[in-house]
Amino acid sequence: MSFEILTYGFMQRALISGIAIAILCSVIGLFLVLRRYSLFGDAVAHSSFGGIAAGLLLGIYPLWTAYAVSLISAVIITRIKQSFRISGDASVAVLLSSGIAAGLVLISLSGGFTIDILSFLFGSILLVSTNDTILILGLTGAILIIVLLLYRQLIYSTFNEEQAKVSGIHVERLNYLIVFIAGITVVTSIQLVGILLISALFVIPNVTAIMYGKGFKKTIIISMGFAIFSVVGGILLSYAFDITPSGTIVLLSIGIFALTMGLKSLGLLRH
Amino acid sequence: MSKLVEIQDLAVRYGDVKALDGISFSVNENDFLGIIGPNGAGKSTLFSCMLGLLTKYEGSIKFFGKDVRKSHDYLYDIGYVPQKPVFESNFPATVREVVQMGMRRGVAESRVETVLQDVWIHELANRRIGELSGGQQQRVFIAKALVNNPKVLILDEPVTGIDQQSTEMFYSILKELNKTQNITIIWSSHDMDAVNNLANKVACLNRTLFFHGISSDFFTNKELVKKYSEASMQEHMHHHE
Repeated sequence: MSFEILTYGFMQRALISGIAIAILCSVIGLFLVLRRYSLFGDAVAHSSFGGIAAGLLLGIYPLWTAYAVSLISAVIITRIKQSFRISGDASVAVLLSSGIAAGLVLISLSGGFTIDILSFLFGSILLVSTNDTILILGLTGAILIIVLLLYRQLIYSTFNEEQAKVSGIHVERLNYLIVFIAGITVVTSIQLVGILLISALFVIPNVTAIMYGKGFKKTIIISMGFAIFSVVGGILLSYAFDITPSGTIVLLSIGIFALTMGLKSLGLLRH
Repeated sequence: MSKLVEIQDLAVRYGDVKALDGISFSVNENDFLGIIGPNGAGKSTLFSCMLGLLTKYEGSIKFFGKDVRKSHDYLYDIGYVPQKPVFESNFPATVREVVQMGMRRGVAESRVETVLQDVWIHELANRRIGELSGGQQQRVFIAKALVNNPKVLILDEPVTGIDQQSTEMFYSILKELNKTQNITIIWSSHDMDAVNNLANKVACLNRTLFFHGISSDFFTNKELVKKYSEASMQEHMHHHE
């Protein structure tokens, strides 16, 4: 493998989009993991499967319908959790199966699986267009600015909701904001690893980074580092060995996770 | 001396059960008020109402002359230390980051170091909060409550489950804050001796207000203390039946 591949437009777009998504998923994923919402990404991604199928059936660009459905799903998960006192994992499970079920029915109505739907299921980062790259960069920038502006309130409400409320923070609004942002992040990331592996991007780099025993800022930076390494390494290796990028990216991040567990069990990391 | 807190005819019901009934008292500037009462006396319910976490009640609660149900702005002038803060044990936040979390805009960053020194925990500033002992964590939560320069500090049985040495250190810090920084303290406890030693005012709560006034008036009146202890014990037994 030579550096020549970096001169290809599709590879440049894949790497730029991949790095942006890696950063975004690390930041949003840490809040989700700490709020015990690790499978939120899965639920929203699976529900957006219904949106993608609807888009393909109606002839609308599938990502737009996926954004709409995922945002509605994100709000529904939060409402179910808050209003009906159903636990986060149970509401995630309900939504996860609803999205897939709706998607399957819509796909069967439109005549079965196509290449389009498979690329959303398994990711297609090497096929990302210039417009998609611009959209991914724009959304990443906007979401990171929001997180930076509300950084302390977001950490506080994640750390302890009741105490945050008593400090005058509007916790309910922040809860909606974080799921709204997470919903957008999920659909944006579908192009990188696909619906089936989306949770890996949100969860694995963060649970790995948490094991290093650092503070919040350093944990985010470590998580971003691992996510970027996995994404860039995964894209380049998949091209070199002609294998799927999404699976390679996730396996690399699992490799870092396993290595970190090894270091921790040997007592080489702070407990 | 101005009244910072005024509670008038406060009553809270959970279904048919009266958790609090006919509670009226006020807290003056620079008071050190100890609220005593057995488990289930309604201390935490009273605090939930005062902090705006519980809004279904009769009567009124005013902080700085304003009804707490009309605006939550008063919360910016209050520091709150919960009984046992619940958080993930592996939450990736250092002591410094925990104190910074609730900082309002405009408060100088140097304030974090000041409050960490006030509670004698600055040497642990870069350690993860989950690595600290219960006593050390409670000192961090006092620092956190102090970071916005509050006028009032509210503490809900803050030394529950903390060893004797840490408890004494905790009490010295409270005394210091009240004396040197003129912070008004409202503190609930079931430790009558500690309240007798520290507080200048006392409120005895057992769903109703048994006594409110100068601490020494209560603790030097043996009849009153005995009557209250018996009433508390009876209520406690009844509660457990």
